Amino acid sequence: MTAAPTADNGTPPLEFFLSQLLTGLASASALFLVACGLTIIFGVTRIVNFAHGSFYMLGAYIAYSAITALGGGFFGFWGGVILAALAAGLIGVAMEMTILRRIYHAPELFQLLATFGVVLIVQDVALYLWGPEDLLGPRAPGLTGAVAMGSQRIPEYDIFLILFAPLVLGVLWLLFHRTRFGILVRAATQDRQMVAALGVNQKWLLTGVFFLGAALAGLGGAIQLPKGNAGLTMDLGIIAEVFVVTVVGGMGSILGAYLAALLIALIRVFAVANAGSSLLGIQLWQVELVLIFAVMAVVLVVRPWGLLGKRETLTGHHGAVEPPLLAAPAALKWFALAVLALLVALPGMAGTYSLVIATEILIFALFAASLHFLMGVGGVISFGHAAYFGLGAYGAALMVKHFAWPMEAALFAAPLGGALGALIFGWFCVRLSGVYLAMLTLAFAQIAWAVAFQWIDVTGGDNGILGIWPSSWAATTPAFYGLVLVVVIVMLLAIRRIAFSPFGYALRAGRDSPLRADAIGIDVRRMRWFAFTLAGLFAGVAGGLFAFLKGSVSPDLMGIPLSVDALVMVLLGGVQTLAGPLVGAVTFTALKTELVSLTNYWRLLLGLVIVGLVIAFPQGIAGFVRDRFMAKETRA
Amino acid sequence: MSAVLEVAGLSKSFGGVKAVSDVSFSLAAGELLALIGPNGAGKTTCFNMLMGQLRPDTGTIKLAGRDIAGLAPRRIWRLGVGRTFQITATFASMSVRENVQMALLSHHRRLLSLFADAGSQYIDDAMALLTLVGMEAQAERPCGVLAYGDLKRVELAVALANNPKLLLMDEPTAGMAPRERIALMELTARIVKERGISVLFTEHDMDVVFAHADRIFVLNRGRLLAEGTPQQVRDNALVQETYLGSGAMFADGGQ
Repeated sequence: MTAAPTADNGTPPLEFFLSQLLTGLASASALFLVACGLTIIFGVTRIVNFAHGSFYMLGAYIAYSAITALGGGFFGFWGGVILAALAAGLIGVAMEMTILRRIYHAPELFQLLATFGVVLIVQDVALYLWGPEDLLGPRAPGLTGAVAMGSQRIPEYDIFLILFAPLVLGVLWLLFHRTRFGILVRAATQDRQMVAALGVNQKWLLTGVFFLGAALAGLGGAIQLPKGNAGLTMDLGIIAEVFVVTVVGGMGSILGAYLAALLIALIRVFAVANAGSSLLGIQLWQVELVLIFAVMAVVLVVRPWGLLGKRETLTGHHGAVEPPLLAAPAALKWFALAVLALLVALPGMAGTYSLVIATEILIFALFAASLHFLMGVGGVISFGHAAYFGLGAYGAALMVKHFAWPMEAALFAAPLGGALGALIFGWFCVRLSGVYLAMLTLAFAQIAWAVAFQWIDVTGGDNGILGIWPSSWAATTPAFYGLVLVVVIVMLLAIRRIAFSPFGYALRAGRDSPLRADAIGIDVRRMRWFAFTLAGLFAGVAGGLFAFLKGSVSPDLMGIPLSVDALVMVLLGGVQTLAGPLVGAVTFTALKTELVSLTNYWRLLLGLVIVGLVIAFPQGIAGFVRDRFMAKETRA
Repeated sequence: MSAVLEVAGLSKSFGGVKAVSDVSFSLAAGELLALIGPNGAGKTTCFNMLMGQLRPDTGTIKLAGRDIAGLAPRRIWRLGVGRTFQITATFASMSVRENVQMALLSHHRRLLSLFADAGSQYIDDAMALLTLVGMEAQAERPCGVLAYGDLKRVELAVALANNPKLLLMDEPTAGMAPRERIALMELTARIVKERGISVLFTEHDMDVVFAHADRIFVLNRGRLLAEGTPQQVRDNALVQETYLGSGAMFADGGQ
C-alpha cells in the first residue's frame, strides 16, 4: 500500500512532509467519494451497503474499458470516467430494484447479508470480464506532468484530485439545497415515514438515492485509475476504510465524510513522515492501518455518533420483535441425539476427505454458535467476529512456534487469546450500539488483521505460521476428528447452558428492552461486555482447533470474508433459534465446499444463493422450519 | 412520619427552555402522590430525573435521606425504587413468569451466574407476585402476545419484585380502556396500602387521580402551581384556569 519512504536521502524534512501531505490529500479524494456515496445511501435507506466497494471496483474496471474503447485522448479519458460513474450508478439501480426493494422491511442484518451476496457476485463477474490480472490504469491526458515544489515534484493529477473532492462536495451541497430531489433526500434522511406521508413516491426516491451513491463510488474508482490499477481486491480493500470514514464522519453526513477522509489522509502522512520511529519493533509506517483504526476507536468513544453525525435515537431492537427462546421440543432432542450418533459413527463410514470436511464443519459450527450467542442472545451484532477466531488460532500457533508448547497446552492458549482480544475490543464496542457498534467491531478485526499481517517478526506476516500439527495421538484424521467432536460438543452444550442461565436471561433482557433491563438493576453494557468476551473465548477455541486442523495460521483467519462467512452461517440458520448456527454452519460449509470443487466461479453461485435465501427466508432456515412446523403461540 | 422521597429545588433546562424549575415536594411512607399538569408542564422531565434517566441541573432528590440525583436507573432500583413506564417495557422474548423471575434474579444478585437454570429459579416468588396482580393464569404466555392491560399488570408485578419502598408510575393507565383503568388503579392502591409502599404517579385521567391520590401536585410550565388534597386541588382557582383555560393564562404568558 505504502512504499517504504525515503526521508533520509537528504530531502529537507518540511518539503518531504508537504509532498507527503499532498499525496495523502490526493488519496483522500477517492475515499471521500466512495464514503459519501455510502453515507447518502445509508441516510435514506438505513442500509449499510457492503457492496459499495464493488461499485468502486466496477467504476475502475469500466473506466479502464471505456477509456480503452474510446481510444484515450482528452475526451476518451474524461468520457470514460463519466461513463464509468453512470454505469456504476445504473448497476446500483439494478441492485436496488431487483434485490433491496424486496427486503427494505427485513431486519438490517439480512439487508447487509444480501449486499454481501452482491459483493461475491460482482467479484466473479469482474473476474470473468476482466481476468485475474491487475489492469494498469491509463494516465490522464493533460495532467501527466508534475509541479516542482522545492526539490520535490508534485504530480499534476494529485493536484487535480485534491481540488476535485471539494468540488464534488460543493456540487452535492447545491444538489441537496437547491434541487427538489436533494431536499427530498434530506427530508427522507430525517424522517422517511413523514416524507411518505406527504405523498412523495418513496420507490423512486430510494432508487434515485442508490443511483447517486453508486455513481459516486464508481466515480471514485474511475478517478483513482491514473494513480493505480483496476484489480479484484479493490472492493473489500476499500470497504473497511470507507466504513471508518463514514462512521468517524457521522453516518449520513457528507461534510463529515470529507473531514474524516482528510483526517485519515493526515494520519497516513504522519505515519509515513515518522517512518524512522518504531513501536514494538514495528516500523511506524507499517502500523498505518492500526493507527487509522485506533483513531476511529477514539473518535467513537468520545463522540459515538461521529464527528458531524446526529446522536442516534435509542432503539431497543433491530427489526421484528424476537419470539421467545424455547427449549427444544422432545422430537428435536431425539433428532439431535440421532445426529450425534451419526457423528460418532462417521469415522467408520466416511473417507479421509469427507472426515476432514466434517471436522471443518464442526469447527465452524462452534465458531458460528459463538457469534450467535453474541447476536441472537445478546443482540450485539459483530461484523468482525473472525478477529477472535484468528486470535485463538494465533494464540495456539504462537505458543507452539515460540515456546514449543504441545498441542494440549496450546489449545488452552486459544480461548485465552480469543477472550483477551474480545475483552479489550469489547470494552470499546459495547459503548456504542446498532450499526456503529457493528462497524467498530469490523474496525477492530481489521486492526487484528493488520497486526498479524505487519508484525512479521512474531506472526510471520502474510505467510503466517506453519507447522502447527497435533500431538501424535491425535495426528490421524479420525483421531483429530474425535478430538474436535468432543471439544465442540462440550463447548456447544456450555453455550446452550449459558443461554438459559441467569446471565443468558439478563443478556436477552438487555436485548429485548434496555430501558426495562436498566430499571431492574441490570447493567446492560457490562452484560454485553462479558458476552463479548465469552463469545471471543468460544471463537478462540474454534480458531485453535482450526490451526491444528490446517497445520498453519495466516492473517486470512481474521479477514473480512471469514467474519462474513460466520454472519452468513448464523443468518442462514436463523438468529432466533439456538440450533440455527449449527444448521447454518453445515449448510454453508457444505455448500461452499461443493461449489468450490465444482467451478472457479463459486463466488458467483454462492452470492446468488445468499441473495436468493435472504429474499426467500428472511427468518433463516431453522427459523423458517420452526415457524412452519413448530408454530405455537409465538406471534401475535 | 419521615419522608421516603424528598425533592428540593429541582431544575432542568433544555437549551434555553426551562422544562422544570425549582420544584420541591416530599412523599411520606405509604402515600399516593399524583403529579398532574397539562401537556408540556414538565411531568415527564420531572419523572425522568427521579428515575435517573436525566441528570438535574440543580436540586437534590433524597431517597430515605440519601441523595440519588444523577445516579443510573439501575442503582436507583437497587436502593428500592420500582417503576412502570408510560409505554410498557417488558421482555418480549420471555414468558410472563420469566419476566418476573428476571427481576427476582437481579434482586438476588444472580445475574452473573453462568450455569444455573434460570427458568427454575424463584418460581414460587414469581408466581406469588403474579397472583397478587391477577396474572397467574397467564404465567406461561409470552409477553409479546399479551393484551396491553395485562402487560401493565406484568409491569406492576416486575416493579414489586425488589420489595420497593417507592413506586414511580409514569401514566400507569395510559392506553387502557376506562373500566380497566379503574381496576388497575384499585389493585395498585390496595397492594401499596397493604405493603406500605409510597407511590408517585403521573396521570391524565382525572377520575383515576381524584379517586386514588392522597395528595395531588400540579405542575404548569415547569413550576409548582398547586398542591394539596384532591378536594383542595379541585377547588383551586389557578388549577381550574390551567385546565379549563382562561384569558388570564395567555395574558401573563411571556414570563
